[in-house]
Amino acid sequence: MHNPLRSEADAFKWFVVVLLGAISVGVLAALTRPLVGVIWAALVICVGGAVAYRDSRGRIPEDVPLTRGGDGRHRLLVVANETVGGAALLEEIGRRCRDRDCEILVITPALAASRANHWASDIDEAIVLARQRMELSVIEVEQRLQLKAKGEIGDSDPNVAIGDALRVFAADEIVISTHPPQTSRWLERGVVDRAREEIDLPITHVVVDLAAERAGGRAAASS
Amino acid sequence: MESATVAIDHAHEEHHGPPEANQSSRIDRQTLGILLFIVSEIMLFGAFFAAYFFLRVVVSPPNWPPDPYELPVHVALVNTCILVSSSFTIHYALEAIRKGNRKGLKLGLVLTWMLGATFLFIQINEYAHIGFSARDLAFGSIFYSLTGLHGAHVFVGLMLLSFATIRAFRGHFGPEAKDHLGVEVPGIYWHFVDVMWIVVFLTVYVL
Repeated sequence: MHNPLRSEADAFKWFVVVLLGAISVGVLAALTRPLVGVIWAALVICVGGAVAYRDSRGRIPEDVPLTRGGDGRHRLLVVANETVGGAALLEEIGRRCRDRDCEILVITPALAASRANHWASDIDEAIVLARQRMELSVIEVEQRLQLKAKGEIGDSDPNVAIGDALRVFAADEIVISTHPPQTSRWLERGVVDRAREEIDLPITHVVVDLAAERAGGRAAASS
Repeated sequence: MESATVAIDHAHEEHHGPPEANQSSRIDRQTLGILLFIVSEIMLFGAFFAAYFFLRVVVSPPNWPPDPYELPVHVALVNTCILVSSSFTIHYALEAIRKGNRKGLKLGLVLTWMLGATFLFIQINEYAHIGFSARDLAFGSIFYSLTGLHGAHVFVGLMLLSFATIRAFRGHFGPEAKDHLGVEVPGIYWHFVDVMWIVVFLTVYVL
């Protein structure tokens, strides 16, 4: 859900809507009786409220403005939360940056534990967890892959987090890491598809199966 | 909606001062601030409208406005047109600066200020000639309270527009969103003031 009133342009749009509604109420009241105008006003307010509510649900695909680097450096934007330290993701980053002067920004959306937490803006714990994961993954990238990386905690909506990051980071491509389709909430919400619709950049989707990686790690340790 | 930006580059350095504030990612702090302020203002106006409708519907006098009072509907309609026009001019000013047109910005701001000032002047003139005061029945009290509350908001809006206009003539503001927040925020406030007047006009003068 998002705020349908974000800028003066939005405010102006709503102003025009209110103005047209008010004109219709005024004309109707003048032609008939004030009570008819009141009833019509109540109807218009209900319809307006419903439209505002509908507008605030979900997001229409939009063009995300891109910041261009132009200095010959390859910039990789990595978006991941729980899978941020996954081996498959690190492999993909390594492959993307092979033989390149690469700069990496790891975005870790701070996911609220529940809708209630989201509405109450109770995301302190989510930010702490996201920061821990992000810091560890940045250290991994820098130490294991010998690449320059930095990290940021992003919006709880991954697509918003990507849009925010692209405003300040001139990415050449994006890697989005998720759990496997059976368990990924991001895939259920169409995060990858929406990113592909909105952003004019190559987007790679990496599936990280943490359970399989852990099982593999335990098997390797025991053998 | 919620996000925090923490640069890992500095994560291991000693941090001084307060922690970095959480920032909503698609809306800057100034805009969020004015929106929250507007929400509180809507509640304030709501209290006055509740009093108005209580008088009109619950107390239900035989005539509204009570005899022998009359409201100057036509003057108020002209005044409404003036204020409504000012929303278009402030929008024009912002569209102009978004395209880098500084002349358009200045023109839009000056026109908006003049239209707002004209509205306020006509309203004060209306008070002077309306023929009743705030002491005349509950009707007079609520009429002056509602329209006066709105007039005070127009005055505040004019102050904000004055700052924005002076800054525009001093060469401030640019096409980037972050470079014209000083016009964007008063613009949102001005639209709110206009919307509130439309509601006040409809309820007090028309319905």
